[in-house]
Amino acid sequence: MDAVGRNNVTVTGRRDGPVVMLAHGFGCDQNMWRLVLPALAERFRVVLFDYVGSGRSDPSAWDGERYSSLEGYAGDVLDICDELDLTDVVFVGHSVSAMVGVLAAGRQPERFAKLVMVAPSPRYVDDPATGYTGGFTADDIDELLESLESNYLGWSAAMAPVIMANPERPELGQELTNSFCATDPAMAAVFAHTTFLSDSRADLGSVSVPTLVLECAQDVIAPREVGAYVHAVIPGSRLVTLDATGHCPQLSAPEATAREIVAFAGSPR
Amino acid sequence: MCGTSDGDPDLDTGIVTGTTGAGTGTSVGIGTGSGSGTGEESVDDAERAQFSALLEDSAEDLYEHAPCGYLSTLLDGQIAKVNATLLAWLGYTRAQLVGRRRFADLLTVGGKLYHETHFAPLLAMQGRLSGIALELKCADGSRLPVLVTSVVKTGTDGEPLLIRTTVFDARDRRAYEKELLRARKQAEQAGEDAEQARAEAETAHQGVEAERARLQRVVSILQKSLLPPELPRMPGLDAAAYYHPASVDVIGGDFYDLFPLDKGRWGFFLGDVCGKGPEAAAVTSLIRYTLRAAFLVDSDPVHTLATLNAALHERFTGSDPRYCTAIAGTLTPGGEAGAVTVGLAGGGHPPALLLRADGTADFLPTPGGMLLGVLADPQLTSATTLLRPGDTMLLYTDGLTEARTRSGPRYSEEDLHAFVADLAPAGAQTTVDAVQRLLGGFGEGLDDDTALLALGVPAARTAAANPGAAR
Repeated sequence: MDAVGRNNVTVTGRRDGPVVMLAHGFGCDQNMWRLVLPALAERFRVVLFDYVGSGRSDPSAWDGERYSSLEGYAGDVLDICDELDLTDVVFVGHSVSAMVGVLAAGRQPERFAKLVMVAPSPRYVDDPATGYTGGFTADDIDELLESLESNYLGWSAAMAPVIMANPERPELGQELTNSFCATDPAMAAVFAHTTFLSDSRADLGSVSVPTLVLECAQDVIAPREVGAYVHAVIPGSRLVTLDATGHCPQLSAPEATAREIVAFAGSPR
Repeated sequence: MCGTSDGDPDLDTGIVTGTTGAGTGTSVGIGTGSGSGTGEESVDDAERAQFSALLEDSAEDLYEHAPCGYLSTLLDGQIAKVNATLLAWLGYTRAQLVGRRRFADLLTVGGKLYHETHFAPLLAMQGRLSGIALELKCADGSRLPVLVTSVVKTGTDGEPLLIRTTVFDARDRRAYEKELLRARKQAEQAGEDAEQARAEAETAHQGVEAERARLQRVVSILQKSLLPPELPRMPGLDAAAYYHPASVDVIGGDFYDLFPLDKGRWGFFLGDVCGKGPEAAAVTSLIRYTLRAAFLVDSDPVHTLATLNAALHERFTGSDPRYCTAIAGTLTPGGEAGAVTVGLAGGGHPPALLLRADGTADFLPTPGGMLLGVLADPQLTSATTLLRPGDTMLLYTDGLTEARTRSGPRYSEEDLHAFVADLAPAGAQTTVDAVQRLLGGFGEGLDDDTALLALGVPAARTAAANPGAAR
């Protein structure tokens, strides 16, 4: 299997540096990290990738059943680690990818040194039975799927392969409304379901590597209560609240985000 | 219901009358310096007034009452400026929004999720985003479908400063798109339904095929039970038989048998029940055992057929009459020079054919014999002949003589006579093999079951040859 090609893997930064793996969440692709990448690349060997079904991953590798569970996405991470023979990885996962990192580290702990969870949430839907507040109802998630559906007229199935096959000719990408994060709507819908209907709370307790939880001060998707929950459940984790608005601090507050990641990843274990 | 543009006179009446024009005092004289003559002054004045009205449509008024909504936010989404059009659509006052709400606050929850996962990241990365379909929440709780375009305004050093957003009323457009989506889903559903129907038909077809195979096995087993599994070995005599079922699905009504009697004699019969299928098979079974039993009581072939007639006539009178044709006989070896005496009786059956050792062939007529089972006391005819070494007698059913030839007309007794005349002299097995090939040549023209039974005395020096020939 060619995970590097399948997942559009990019390896950049210091060749001899510690490995930092950046994993995007639902909605975009590895482009999400572009504003923090320069700062990280100075010190680390940075591995970026797109999950199958996102960005410029190989659409033929799509498997609706595999990617209907977060384990499938964790499989992508482990396949890449295996193929590049990565060890002592500092895994930085944004949003749902933070939980993917927890699953991957649970399956092959020997490959991972540390975990950075950026705006994580182990469950987005409220769970009144346990008094857990995720911030959303199942109806809200349906509404998101509707929004996705309303906007896939801007996505061109015909153009995606053209862009993928011609990375050296970015002007072809201009044909698309959005040259980043172009995702097949059917695959995006599966990822949305998997993301927003998942419940990974039970996995948090098993995290055994040093963990940094990075949350935003104002985040509708992962509110402060959720950040506090994650921090409380993962033994020995560190919680940092960034003075940032929205769910993507790597875009809205890139300097602070990069600073925290560098400090945590670069510190001795 | 969100405020509509219909309720705002500024939007409907357009730019010509949309402004009072008062207060600017800086009307620019279009057309001045054109050198127009004094005689046209009144016309000029009117035109001038009109152009002034156009140009006095101030930028501020255009912003406030543009036919689309305008919204400016800080980078964190805080609303900094909003135009009257959008306020009218949403039903908010300026004070309720500016400095108090973020753009995302105006969205539905699903829209917020979309905003956080797609809209905001793309805008941050690209600096602009256009034509995004969202729903805004109005003050009264209703929803306004809109198309949103946002641009990040940057300072001279390229630093992002704020986000400018235009909002278009997309009620009609979204209704149309929803219709398209609905049609698309319907088409997809129809496709899935068709696929499912096809799969179900496939399953049903497989079921039918399996049932058919099962039926064919039953038919085949039942058919075999109506015929002897193999012909007995007869010292000094040869026998061969062949059964051709017209269909693998329907059990046929032809029958034959060959069995020992007392004192080295043999009994045999061959016939054809009218009809096919299970009912005919039941009759065939009855006929076979009736004839076998009748032969044991009285081996005179005429008597055996009379017994059979009585049984059929008694059993199948009324609404479901069953008839058959049959030929029955005995073989009595021990004649002069290895000859075997054949005693024969016929009931409405085609005549036996004799293939003589000298190469000639003839019918052995049993004329006038009547269908069995019709009358209580039918006329049955008998015949006798001698089979000498090298002679063979062929019994057959009318599937053979009524087969449709490839050239059109049905095969006939005359044709069969000519065929065996060419064949003679021939032993029992050779004769059956040849006629079997003849049957094969008819192909689909052979539309009825056909049974063949050949009995012969081997030519002198090969008297022991061909024992127990298979049917």
